[in-house]
Parts: sequence; C-alpha cells; structure tokens
Amino acid sequence: MKSALSRYLPLVLLALAWELAPRVGLVSPLALPPLSGVLGAWVDLIRDGDLVTNGASSLYRGGAGLALAIVIGAALGVFMAWWRPVNAIVSPLVELFYPMPKSALIPVTVLWLGFGDGSKILLIFLGCMLPVTLGAFNGARGSDRVLVWSARSMGASRLRILWDVVLPSAMPELLNGIRTALALAFILLVSAELIAAQRGFGYLIGYLGSNGSYEGMFAVVLTVALLGFAADRFYQHLVQRVLQWRE
Amino acid sequence: MAWSAARLLPIALLLLGWEVFARYGNVTPFMLPRLSAVCVRIFDDAMTGELFLNVGLTLYRALVGFLISAIGGVMLGAAMARNVSIRWFFDPIVSVGFPMPKIAFLPIVVLWLGFFDASKIAIVVFDAIFPVVTATVAGFQGVERELIWSARNMGAGDRELMWQIMLPAALPQVLTGLQVALPLCLIVAVVAEMAMGGYGLGGAMMTASRFADSRGVFAGIVEIAVVGLVLVKLMALVRRRLLLWHQETLEPTTA
Repeated sequence: MKSALSRYLPLVLLALAWELAPRVGLVSPLALPPLSGVLGAWVDLIRDGDLVTNGASSLYRGGAGLALAIVIGAALGVFMAWWRPVNAIVSPLVELFYPMPKSALIPVTVLWLGFGDGSKILLIFLGCMLPVTLGAFNGARGSDRVLVWSARSMGASRLRILWDVVLPSAMPELLNGIRTALALAFILLVSAELIAAQRGFGYLIGYLGSNGSYEGMFAVVLTVALLGFAADRFYQHLVQRVLQWRE
Repeated sequence: MAWSAARLLPIALLLLGWEVFARYGNVTPFMLPRLSAVCVRIFDDAMTGELFLNVGLTLYRALVGFLISAIGGVMLGAAMARNVSIRWFFDPIVSVGFPMPKIAFLPIVVLWLGFFDASKIAIVVFDAIFPVVTATVAGFQGVERELIWSARNMGAGDRELMWQIMLPAALPQVLTGLQVALPLCLIVAVVAEMAMGGYGLGGAMMTASRFADSRGVFAGIVEIAVVGLVLVKLMALVRRRLLLWHQETLEPTTA
C-alpha cells in the first residue's frame, strides 16, 4: 500500500500543480481551469446526463467496431496461416494497407454512411482489423510443427487441429494484436467524433470547447483519457488470466 | 525481391477491381469514383502544385513531430534508465499516459497554442513520444551487465560508455519504438489537419468532403496511403542499415 503511494506520488504532485498554478496566477484560469473546477464540471455533466448519453454512444460504437475487427480479423489471420493460396493473395494487400494512416478513412466513412453510428463502426472495424489479422497470422504460423504432426498422427481432423493446437498457440500474439487494436479504436473513435459527429465523447469535447466552457471540456478529455487507460489495464489483466496455462 | 510479380499481382487485381466495380457495379460515382478519375484528379493537383504543397505540409508537421519525439524520447528514456529519481518521477506518468488516447487533448492543445503548426506538431509529439520513451527504457535496461562491467574495467568514462556501449546495445529496441512512433505521427498529423482545416492532406480531404467532392476524398486516401507506405519502408531500410552489425539483419525479415 505504502509502495503504491510512493509510486504514484508524482501523479499526485502533478494534480496539485494543476490545482495551484491557475490559483496563484501562474497561468490563466481560462487556459487551465483548476482541477477542482474541472471535477465540479464533471459532476455537473454526470448529473445532466450529457456525459452518460454521449459516453454510451461512444462505447457502443467502439465496442461494435472492435468486436467486428476482432472476429473477422482473427478469422482472416488464422485462415491466411492455414491455407497458402489465401496467404499469397491477402498478405501483399495487408502489407500495403498496414502502414496506411487509418485516420485517412474518416472522410470516406462519413461519405458512405453519414454522421451517425454506422460510419464510426465501419471506421473502427477497418482501422483495427489489420493488427488483429497480423497477430493471428504470426501466431498461427508460429505454432509448433511437431504439435501439429503429433495431433495429426493421433488422428485429429484438420478442424480439430485448428481448434485444439493452432488457435491456442496463436493466442499470445493474437492477444497482443488485439491490444494494439484496442488503443487504435480509442484514437479513431475520438478523432472521428471530434471531426464529424453529432454525439459521443469527441463531439461533446468539441461542443463544450466551442461554447467556451473549458472546465467541462477538460472534464470530458480527462474522462476519455482515463477510460482509455483503464481499458488497457483491464485488458492486460484479462490476458494474464487467459494465458495462465502457459508456463 | 520484396515486390516481385507474385506480390504485385493481388494489388494490381485490387486496383483493377476498383475500376471495374466503380464503372459497372451498383455504385454511384459519389460513393466510389473510378480509380482513373481519382488518378486524373491527383495528376491535376500535381500540375497546379497543390499536391506538393499539401504533401509537403503534412510531411513537415509529421516529421518535425517525429524528430522531436525521437530525440526527446530517447533522451528522456536514457535519463530514466540511468537516474533513479528521474525514473521515479516519470515512470507513473509514462505508464498512465501511454495507453491514453492522447488525441482527445487536441482541443486543449489548440486552446493553448492556436490553430497553426505549433499546435499540430505539439499534439504529434504528445502522441508519438510515449512509445519511444518506453522502448528506450526497456532497451537500456536490457543491456547486458557484463558489457557495462567490461567497458568500465577497460577504463571507459560516462560519455564513452553512453555512446559506444549503451546506445548501440539498446539500438534495436529504440528503433522498434521509433517504428511504432512514425505511423502514429502521420495518423495524428492527418487528424489534426482534419480537425483544424486549412492546407495539408487532412485539411484538403476535409474540404473535399464538405463540398461532396468524393474524387478529392479518394485522391486524399491514395496520397496518404502512399506517403505512409513510403515512410514505413524507408524506416525499415534505415533499421537494416543501422543494424548491419546486428544478428537480426542476417535473418530474413518480413518488414
């Protein structure tokens, strides 16, 4: 307990500096509202329901897009490793699109599906699929030949091998790819909502900012940032659970 | 070798499929303009010089941001690896800040630094510095003790130890961090341009999108994709060059 306190003391110091700097006039409270004001604005936003409704639609978009990306991306990756012709066709395309800055897709998804949920879900699906695919592919390809052979010699069907041997050994890399996708999903979601949306966290940030209610804006920014952090930590705990069977 | 005919074929098929689908498929030119029309559009932009202005500005913002995060990130990472109190202060900040979606801070950065290059570069640095710092810390901590001891034994000073032992030994991991940071720089620069408008690839795409000019939007996607691909390939090349002495260069790479 005590070590945790000393470990996170720098963050407490930062928070303190944030509170004091505008109070003693080091920076203008307009540029940096004191932390207490921001927390007050946060409570107000919760009470109004603004933060809750916008947050719910953001989480729905992020969750749906990410779920699609994980299911389809993982299936594609394992399929690529499993069947050579697919790999020959898909892997140059993956290589071509992987380094593409995914944010370029924001205007196109808006063009296709408008300002609503659909365009964000499509964006997150497209943007997050490749890291998952690549993780699944590398993991599945690296599955131990000897294990596959022995499973086959014991009479396991191809599907059985896929499910019992290839998938478990692909797990660590697949889960790593999903972690990248999770971080990307947050970035893309907030970017898309900042640029073109009528609901969601990003929209709320832009709306409060243009209204000049900076305390509220800081409160929403902080909420999003902490949610991203919490999601990553939660995911890592989950991964540790899932991978417990490995040494 | 990496771009042999067998690898180019699927890409050519995809481009052909785009053209054919846009021509005969059940889509309006608004939803999916023909590839040839998009190419004409890119060519026109190149003729007026707008293409080079936009690409240049986006590259400038992304690469200046990348350079600052590379230098700053390696310096901070090295300091954290060597000095206990610096590490004590920055460790929780980095570990909390790394997984945060820092792009959400964009309106705050705009509030502080205005709408011009400074704010765009600042948000790029804010996003890209974290992977560099974590990779540098990990790289420095992974340097074998024996290497350091023997260098010390042979009378290496702090400066020599840093430049001749620590940095080269940590270089593979530092470069990995930079390879994560580079695409991030481009993503964030484009988003910042989209959110603020004006020139640059992101701003041009947003303007096109606002005027329902879908050729302009698709031209932007193609341009950004090409810029991203070239940057990532160049970075991989730099890595291979810098690590010629390292055993990883001997192994076949997929990068």
